[in-house]
Amino acid sequence: MAQHLQFPIISRMLHWTMAVMVLAMLFIGIGMVASLSDYHWLVSIHKPLGVLILILVAIRLMNRLLNPAPPLPQGMPAWQRFAAYASHVVLYVLMFALPLVGWGMLSAARYPIVLYGSLQLPPILPHDAALYAVLRTTHTVLAFLLFATFIAHFAAALMHALIYRDGVFPSMASWKT
Amino acid sequence: MPNDPNAATPYRLSALTENGAPIRLTMIGVAILAVVACFAFVAGWLSPSRLTQARMIDAFEEVNGVWPGFRRNHAKGVCIAGYFDSNGDGVRLSKAVIFQPGKVPVIGRFSLAGGQPDVSDGPAAVRAMGLSFRPPDGEEWRMAMIDIPVFVVKDPESFYQQLLASRPDPATGKPDPAKMRGFVTKHPETARALEIVKASPFSSGFANASYNALNAFRFVNAAGASTPVRWSMAAVDPFEPEPPAQSAAQDKNSLFDAVIARIGRAPVLWRLVVTSGEAGDPTDDATIPWPSNRQHIDVGTLTIHHIESEAPGNCRDVNFDPLVLPSWIEPSDDPLLSARSAAYSTSFTRRAGEEKEPSAVQIPGSGKGA
Repeated sequence: MAQHLQFPIISRMLHWTMAVMVLAMLFIGIGMVASLSDYHWLVSIHKPLGVLILILVAIRLMNRLLNPAPPLPQGMPAWQRFAAYASHVVLYVLMFALPLVGWGMLSAARYPIVLYGSLQLPPILPHDAALYAVLRTTHTVLAFLLFATFIAHFAAALMHALIYRDGVFPSMASWKT
Repeated sequence: MPNDPNAATPYRLSALTENGAPIRLTMIGVAILAVVACFAFVAGWLSPSRLTQARMIDAFEEVNGVWPGFRRNHAKGVCIAGYFDSNGDGVRLSKAVIFQPGKVPVIGRFSLAGGQPDVSDGPAAVRAMGLSFRPPDGEEWRMAMIDIPVFVVKDPESFYQQLLASRPDPATGKPDPAKMRGFVTKHPETARALEIVKASPFSSGFANASYNALNAFRFVNAAGASTPVRWSMAAVDPFEPEPPAQSAAQDKNSLFDAVIARIGRAPVLWRLVVTSGEAGDPTDDATIPWPSNRQHIDVGTLTIHHIESEAPGNCRDVNFDPLVLPSWIEPSDDPLLSARSAAYSTSFTRRAGEEKEPSAVQIPGSGKGA
């Protein structure tokens, strides 16, 4: 049986908290743009949740640099190691990019970026309709890319848990310390 | 480390067919399909008949044609600017900063209902005023109001059905009156609202029209008390009824030209009148007027002193989304509010990425400022 090298507890907490938030965010996002009566309350969650994700991913990146991931099992083929590494890079990049593009696109559209009550973020880009259109499309494309990467990540996690049984899954999914 | 370097690794291909692996692989496949199916369901991809914001705007495009760069509704318009001077009387209903005594800069837009940007300013064209109150360092308040006393449908689904009923018949190029009659028969609330609209004459222009927010909102004051409200921009210019059809039809831009001339002579004023609702007044149905004895509170004066053609960065590129609200002004339970916000957003997104044509409403020497 492979050795159960685990992610540090702080890394696991960040991972699972953000997993719920990011997945909720993807479903809220795709649902709100198809809704009429539910649009407003969904948007009202989407904006502050996006900012929370942006803050948490910044903390998480610092944590990742301070507390590196445990090594992958020795026998793991090179292509799988590369896929694991590359998908993690893509997930981090998208977790930064999606909230920033969202913030930028609302700025370019000159929408107020309301978080809660009178708490608002300042615009980070000038009012420019054409720029808004580009960023709005980018936001959707990146969201689909994030969903696809999440599906690949989820599939890989299940493969490690149910087929390979190599200790990779419990390194993140076990609460034992 | 295993002693035998040739011991079977879990990553070999044959591991996928041994020891019950096929059934576990199937479970993985099912789990992934389930997540993807949920996503597709939420996105509306599995329910082609669901009324989404895209389908709502598609219906506008079916009725009016696609006019790239223009709003899918209220396509023909002109930009205005001025200020709102609050008298402080709104404070007892809402703690919003805008109601503190003092002036707030405002930009806005006059428009005609309908999705064709080159339509003639015909008689009985519904006129609209979109506004954005922009207190420096404060929260923005946007509104989009029209000059009829009640709205003619009560929810997004009815709005959509009404839109479909007004689609031009491919044979004649004109809407089929029988379809509209059929819609009204099925919607008694629309029949009642149309009677109220017919009974209130249109004014002769933009400047002497009063504009109504129609949907209910909620004002919350410093004590936390929440009051259902509706509001209007009541014209200060004296009301004159719209002239008969034949004279109005002569100039394609007669209404816009008149308000351009009117603002050129002197600033135009409106009073922001808030109607305070009482228990039992419907907040979720904009087709029903509130009793006329409700308290009307004049909370300040809107002054419009500048008018200019639509241009990059001015009102052309603003979405007058009625749910851009400052704190202490909240949406009511009216289902049209969220639907308007959603549909305006899709219209804005579509036109933002399109090549722009100049507006039919041009003002000599305009194009900067506001």
